Amino acid sequence: MASQIVRRVLRARASEIFAAQSATNPSSARVFSCFDRSLSSSAASGSHLIRATLFPGDGIGPEIAESVKQVFKAADVPIEWEEHYVGQEVDPRTQSFLTWESLESVRRNKVGLKGPMATPIGKGHRSLNLTLRKELNLYANVRPCYSLPGYKTRYDDVNLITIRENTEGEYSGLEHQVVRGVVESLKIITRQASLRVAEYAFHYAKTHGRDRVSAIHKANIMQKTDGLFLKCCREVAEKYPEIKYEEVVIDNCCMMLVKNPALFDVLVMPNLYGDIISDLCAGLIGGLGLTPSCNIGEGGIALAEAVHGSAPDIAGKNLANPTALMLSAVTMLRHLELHDKADRIQNAILNTIAEGKYRTADLGGSSSTTDFTKAIIDHL
Amino acid sequence: MARRAIPILKRLVQSSDNPVNVGLASRVDRTRSVTYMPRPGDGTPRAVTLIPGDGIGPLVTGAVEQVMAAMHAPVYFERYEIHGDMKSVPQEVMDSIKKNKVCLKGGLNTPVGGGVSSLNVQLRKELDLYASLVHCCNYPGLPTRHENVDIVVIRENTEGEYAGLEHEVVPGVVESLKVITKFCSERIAQYAFEYAYLNNRKKVTAVHKANIMKLADGLFLESCREVATKYPGIKYNEIIVDNCCMQLVAKPEQFDVMVTPNLYGNLVANTAAGIAGGTGVMPGGNVGADHAVFEQGASAGNVGNMKVLEQKKANPVALLLSSAMMLRHLRFPSFADRLESAVKRVISEGKNHTKDLGGNCTTQEVVDAVIAALD
Repeated sequence: MASQIVRRVLRARASEIFAAQSATNPSSARVFSCFDRSLSSSAASGSHLIRATLFPGDGIGPEIAESVKQVFKAADVPIEWEEHYVGQEVDPRTQSFLTWESLESVRRNKVGLKGPMATPIGKGHRSLNLTLRKELNLYANVRPCYSLPGYKTRYDDVNLITIRENTEGEYSGLEHQVVRGVVESLKIITRQASLRVAEYAFHYAKTHGRDRVSAIHKANIMQKTDGLFLKCCREVAEKYPEIKYEEVVIDNCCMMLVKNPALFDVLVMPNLYGDIISDLCAGLIGGLGLTPSCNIGEGGIALAEAVHGSAPDIAGKNLANPTALMLSAVTMLRHLELHDKADRIQNAILNTIAEGKYRTADLGGSSSTTDFTKAIIDHL
Repeated sequence: MARRAIPILKRLVQSSDNPVNVGLASRVDRTRSVTYMPRPGDGTPRAVTLIPGDGIGPLVTGAVEQVMAAMHAPVYFERYEIHGDMKSVPQEVMDSIKKNKVCLKGGLNTPVGGGVSSLNVQLRKELDLYASLVHCCNYPGLPTRHENVDIVVIRENTEGEYAGLEHEVVPGVVESLKVITKFCSERIAQYAFEYAYLNNRKKVTAVHKANIMKLADGLFLESCREVATKYPGIKYNEIIVDNCCMQLVAKPEQFDVMVTPNLYGNLVANTAAGIAGGTGVMPGGNVGADHAVFEQGASAGNVGNMKVLEQKKANPVALLLSSAMMLRHLRFPSFADRLESAVKRVISEGKNHTKDLGGNCTTQEVVDAVIAALD
């Protein structure tokens, strides 16, 4: 136990000093390299527990979070969950229902998993997703979309990643009414944010063995804004000569995606196009109930989340499909470089769905959440 | 009696030999049950401005000219050459369009990031062509992953994100203004509902992102809702644009007429065209209070790429169907019907498909097939 305390102190000090590479001192277990652009964080030692923040969320959130915990325990994943719930009242420090402690926890642990959260309707508080995004500076949203073998959709050969800039663009929220009946909305593109997301896209492509990055834009019409985005992408592309880089106009991209999604590999886009294209790709593989997603923030923070809604109508009935949250948790594991565990769990999930014996209602089966979870554990 | 029976028997054998039994059926369909009674003088040939455009534009507009000549349609074309890298549309072209009121054009290639504003957008703004229409539907003979697609996307064409008002605030920070006005939103909603009413469509869906852009898209939605109350026979609903794209690839049969602001309309139209068979096949046009410009419906690929151009394998179907729409707009319904059924017959027979439809024919072969299918 003394060694554990020593290790924790060493870890804290090391992360304060922003130690260079994680290959230095293997005995100080998790050394997070906290560069701005550092995204593959730790070389986690198998024996030591990684703390991760878990937001179960609302509606079906708690059930599917429970599934994830069970599967992770059965697979011996060295993660210790720190659960946080959305409060019932507005925390004045964050202007929303998320407490300051929750945000601090994510900042400390650098890794988190978030279930679906329903934003309560009303005024005087920020939406929960917006709070997380702004406070944690989550600048890139990564959605790997691949066809699930065994779950047949009209598209069988989808294997692409959409990386979407998450902080600016059309969603800056800066609107005003000029005169009655005329509204202006500002779309903002900055060099810094575009460089950041382009860097992440190329880094991701390199670390995951992808060979093409496509930048999606509408620079023939919005010449300065998307033009700046493209210029930043081109600059970053020069630093990665082994990765092919191309630029595709968004209407071409939409058409090609629905005709032949195998043409694309990694897509990097500003905010609005990213929103639409990532949902389109989710639709290609079977919907939001099966799509993993991960938000990357400054300082190497990764917050994996399930993008579907909280489905209040089936909450508590043991009918929910935990696939999206589990695949997101797998993305989180890959971010932590626990690739063998990630592969094991991912294969278990894919095999369970492919087998077809245990499927939840939204995939056309009739199993309950617990049966599905047990089947995955059996497949491990 | 045998002598009288022979021609009947011959016709029956012919029609059963014909693998695609379209010939007999369309002959029955095409006879109009009620005659179209024109005004005296309606048959004088109408002048239509023709802009061949860039890339594959000259190829496909040439195809239209050939087919029109073969049909002896009462239109004649006044050709004007414009290219996408010109600074602005020449005045003589604008005058011609204003005189003729109808124009047929190929794609104009806007150089990316080149500081030249798009001529397509300029044309639409100057002539105030505020509604852009793309009709995406499944054509028999064209294999697609989705069935039962019959969507008309009506897109606001003058404002929104394409207002073109951009500036650099400080180096490295650029702003672009998206402008939504009540006037434009109201008239596009009015057009959409009127189109649905005149074409016996049952549902109009407004596509928006008002949960994020509350004021801008909120204003658009408000205008749509107001117009919807005036058409109680037409169902109206609203859908967020990212959900809309997801539904389009999963269940496209739920959509009928869709009305959208400028940018979302671009994406939705191209997605809908892609699921229904590709942008090389979908007709469309831009219409305003006084003028109309017909072109290939969805904008993706309307200029083509070098390989297609060199091998002359561009798909003329979209522009041919758009010119059929133009003939109807000019009030020549029987010519429009003839052209449309000839093109549909060629598509369904499947022997003359260009590369984007899975075949290997050149543009000229498709044109010849269409002319042969005319009657």
